[in-house]
Formats: sequence, C-alpha cells, structure tokens
Amino acid sequence: MTIDQSEILGHFGPYGGRFVPEALIGALDELAAAHILAQQDPTFVAELNHLHATYTGRPSIITEAKRFAEHAGGARIILKREDLNHTGSHKINNVLGQALLTKRMGKKRIIAETGAGQHGVASATAAALMGLDCVVYMGEEDTKRQSLNVARMKLLGAQVVPVTSGSRTLKDAINEAMRDWVTNVESTHYLLGTVAGPHPFPTMVRDFHKIIGEEAREQVLELTGRLPDAVLACVGGGSNAIGIFHRFISDAGVRLIGLEAGGDGVETGRHAATITGGTMGVLHGTRSYVLQDKNGQTIESHSISAGLDYPGVGPEHAYLHDIGRAEYRAITDAEAMEAFSLLSKTEGIIPAIETAHALAGAIKVGKELGPEAILLINLSGRGDKDVQTAAQYFGIPL
Amino acid sequence: MPTALDELFIKVRAENRAALIAYVPAGFPTLQGCKKVIKAFVDGGVDAIEIGFPYSDPVMDGPTIQAAATKSLEQGTSASDVLDALKTATDLGVAAVVMTYWNPIERFGVDAFAQAIADNGGSGVITPDLTIEESERWITATDSASINRIYVVAPSTTDARLPLVTKQCGGFIYAASLMGVTGTRAAVSSGAPDLVARIKKVSNLPISVGLGVSTREQAKSVAGYADGVIVGSAFINKLLDAPDEESGLEEVKKLTQELAKGVREGR
Repeated sequence: MTIDQSEILGHFGPYGGRFVPEALIGALDELAAAHILAQQDPTFVAELNHLHATYTGRPSIITEAKRFAEHAGGARIILKREDLNHTGSHKINNVLGQALLTKRMGKKRIIAETGAGQHGVASATAAALMGLDCVVYMGEEDTKRQSLNVARMKLLGAQVVPVTSGSRTLKDAINEAMRDWVTNVESTHYLLGTVAGPHPFPTMVRDFHKIIGEEAREQVLELTGRLPDAVLACVGGGSNAIGIFHRFISDAGVRLIGLEAGGDGVETGRHAATITGGTMGVLHGTRSYVLQDKNGQTIESHSISAGLDYPGVGPEHAYLHDIGRAEYRAITDAEAMEAFSLLSKTEGIIPAIETAHALAGAIKVGKELGPEAILLINLSGRGDKDVQTAAQYFGIPL
Repeated sequence: MPTALDELFIKVRAENRAALIAYVPAGFPTLQGCKKVIKAFVDGGVDAIEIGFPYSDPVMDGPTIQAAATKSLEQGTSASDVLDALKTATDLGVAAVVMTYWNPIERFGVDAFAQAIADNGGSGVITPDLTIEESERWITATDSASINRIYVVAPSTTDARLPLVTKQCGGFIYAASLMGVTGTRAAVSSGAPDLVARIKKVSNLPISVGLGVSTREQAKSVAGYADGVIVGSAFINKLLDAPDEESGLEEVKKLTQELAKGVREGR
C-alpha cells in the first residue's frame, strides 16, 4: 500500500501537520496507520456501523423546522438531528470510532479533554461500553459551570481530573491531557474530541463524523429533490461542521457556512471566533488560525457556550476558509441565545447553546437568500446540559 | 563557523567530563531577577545556559516550569525580554541557547528569530515541539544565521527515526531521559543510558540528558554516559521555595556548584 506523503503529514495547504514532542511521534504514527487500516477493514467498518445502528441511533433523522423558518426569511430550514444520538450530540460518532481503534491497538486506557462535558460524557460512555479505563481532563472553571456533566461522567465510571493550570478551561484541559499522553503513551490512547491537534486527529475525527453529511445529503435530496443552497454548522474546534460539510465540498453550488462564537462581539476582543478574529499560528500540535498576541501567546477565548470556548480551530476549516470554499461568520452570545429560545418555542426542540450559533446563522442566511432557499443545519447537540445556563440568562428562577 | 556551544563540547570532551547546562525562563522570577539567576549560574560554575521562552501552553513541561512560565508571563515577558536574557548570559562569557515552543518563533518571524539569536550571541535554539517534518523553513533560517538546531529525542523515538532527527541537530542532541514532562524525579530514568547508547550508534554529536536531574549524585551518574547534564526544575524550585530573592539566588548558586562537581565526577 502506498500512501501519499501529504496524507502522512496531514497537511491542508499550509495548515495541519504535527507540532508535538518527539515522544508522541511513535503513537501518532501507530494511530495514523491503525486508522487507515481500519477504514479498509470490512470487519472494523461493520462493527462501527453495527454500533451506530444499535447504540448511537443512526441514521439520525432530519426535521423540517417550518415554524422556525418563518423567522428566517421563509427559507426551508432542515435540521440534521445529531441531538438525538445517544449521549445527546454528534460527539459519539468519533468517540465510538476511536474507542474501537483503541482496542485494536491493544490499549486499555483512554484519556480525553472536555469543555462543556459533551465529549467527556461520550468518552466515558464508550469506555464503559468497551471496558476501558477512562480519565477526563476538564478545566476547573468548566467543572463548576458544568457540574451535572461531571456527575454524569463519574456515574459512567470515569475519573474526572479538574485542571488548575493556565486559564482552567478547555485549552488547559488539552494541555494536561497531552502531558498525560506523553507520560503514558504506551498504555494510553488520547481520545481527542475535535478536528484539531496533530495529524492524524483532524483527518481521523473528520472521517468518523463525515457520516453526518453523507446521510443528510441523501435525506435532503429525498425530501426536497435537490441539494440545499447552504449547509450551516457551529464551529469551535469544528468537528460537527466538518462532519456535515465534508460530503458537500465537491458540490460547488452548495455554500458551506461555519458559525463561530462571537462572544460579546469580535470587536470587543471577548470572543472565540478564531477564523474571523484570529491569525495563523500553531496551537496544540497543529497549524491553523489561533487567537494569539504579538508574542505568540494564546489569548483566552470567551463564549457563553463552553463547547465553542476554544482559541483554536481545526486546520481543515482554516484551509477551506482560505481557498474560499467555506465561509465563517461570528454569532454573538446574545444572537445565539435568541435563536436558542426561538427554536425551543417554535419547534419544541431545545438545542445546545453551541448549536444555537448555527441556528442564529440560519436566521440571517435565510433572510439573505429568501423563501426559495433550502438551508441544512447541523443540529449538533441537545440543550439539556445548558438548562442552568439558559435559565440564568433568561432570568428563570431555579 | 563553530558556535560557542560547539566549542564548549570540544573543551569538555578534552577534559573528559560532562557539561552542566542550567535552565531558567526569561522573566522569572522577575525580568531583573532572571538576570541575577543567570549571574548565579555563572558564579556557581555553569558551562552553558538555556533561556526559556515562557509560553502559555507548555505541553512538555510539568507543574514547576508551568508555574514559572505563568509567573513570567504575568509580568508581560516578551520576545525582546527573552533575547535580552540571552544577551545577559552570553555577555558573561558562557554559551547560551533559547528553549522555546514553536509558535513564538513563527509569530516573531522564523528568519528574524534565528538571526536575533545570533545577533545576541546565542549559539542555538532548542525546539521541543518542532518535528523534523515541519522544519524546512527553520533549517534554512538557522543555517543562514549559523546557529545550532537542537531537537529533543525521546526513549520512544525508533531506531529508524533516530538518525533522521539527529542528522538535523547541531551543538548537541537533547535526550529526554524518560517518557514524561519536565520536573525533578527521585531517580533519573533507567531509560536514559539506553537512549544515549542508541544515539551514539547513529551520531557523533554531543548528547545532553534532561528531564528529572536535580542532585549532584544524579548529575554524576548522568555524566558517566552523556556529554551534558541539563537541570531546570530543581533551580526553579529553589527560587519558588526561598523566603526572598536573595536567599533564592544563594541557593541557586550553591546548587550550581554542587552540580558542577557532579558533572566532573562521573568518569
């Protein structure tokens, strides 16, 4: 088998690659090889598909949001319901894939980082299912903001380690997970939760999520008889977005629109809109856009959504942006919360606050394109975990 | 043209001993305090100094160096402060290098950074998260500035990969003694001699061992098989634990003296 050199190095134009301690190269090579071999192995593919059919709940359905659409210029709004997956978000797609790879590599322990707790919960779930030890690193700030998810992970048998270094959020949880991995790499797989990090993570995590777009493309064609005009998804690290975008990249007429977390507004500096407001740099093992100062120090991001509160972004998104194939816009906290409320009240679906950024984007793009347009939105997660935050935001007493 | 670091290892090899290399992050404990630490290293008999570029996301560093980097960054330490600390060391007549994660170099400008190291008398740069695969621009820049590229190799680096990495090194090869992050350890890993032996099969460059060395006895033991002994966290602990700066500096000097004896006792 011959492998293209750019594939080995995991580059997307100038982005991606590997910027890691030499200690991790062996494990990354092993993982890249295991991923490529697994994709070509019918046994692996069948095992993962079986899990998706009997455990995840795939294929996830699509829902047309007609009442919501009245607020979005009358465009047809179609929701890809990843929120209905087991554990409540798209994250399970990647987690099950990587957990199976972990077993194939003969490793018994997984570690994961988590911000909002969705990836941590999904990882703890997969570990329970497959009998793996699981340690989840979570910024101390986030363990307080998301105490319910901390309890969920513990109930699932995982150990949750609060990270007290740096800004005590997702970025520092990733640092701590990488330190664990450097130390325990022989026994441990780092189950990274997004399309960032060193190669092969951006490619591998995308491959486990691309099923979202593959299913949705067929479903939209069946429902409407044509391709959508635009596909929208929220972008933190960018895993759900790349998952739904990927199958549409070759459909030149389909606009791909990523919605970043604009926080208080990109102009205020308090945001997590890495492509909109960042510059090229290296963070957590990959070259991409980064929120950084003039000395190359990472700037802390801000978002009401813990899952988008990350100062980096997947390298493939950086590349899709630069070549003009995808567009990225920032949605403020206020816009996202308005969309959160709107979907809840018009469709009876409480979305994750992360996902609400994509819905806010749909309201804008729908108005721009008008009633003839069809928009496909990745409803990446459900909002159960956000009830406390939302109640506080809207002044609902708990 | 050989760098001061190249010349140092010719000298210590002639003296049949190992070199003592001490690490401090720029701006730690303060911008001025860092210069005093450098002076204490030199007064204590250090052979070379490694100036750390404090970074917000140091994945190769344990709690001690993380704490030092955080303290330094809180004071706004910048690239020019790093270069200033480097110059302080080289002005005192010791070989000095900068250790930095890759992003600050890229942000500064790859060519400009290499040249700035040379302009401040520096011998080279240790890049713990730069892989050889991503090094094309760095190789050009360091060649052009005539400084040493120092990569870190690990016990997990395969025999097949080892010559590819060491071929790109100059000055010395940084051998990480164990799989893990920086910090003091009760014992230097038994993996270190094995790694050094594997490196010697593929390279004649000097080899320095870092990660986990903190005492004279450990320095002596490492000096038995390596050309250089790198100590970082142990010095930072002295400074963090001291009741005041003056006594911390005295402790740093004393530890340097002890370690300097250790690197001369190994063979």
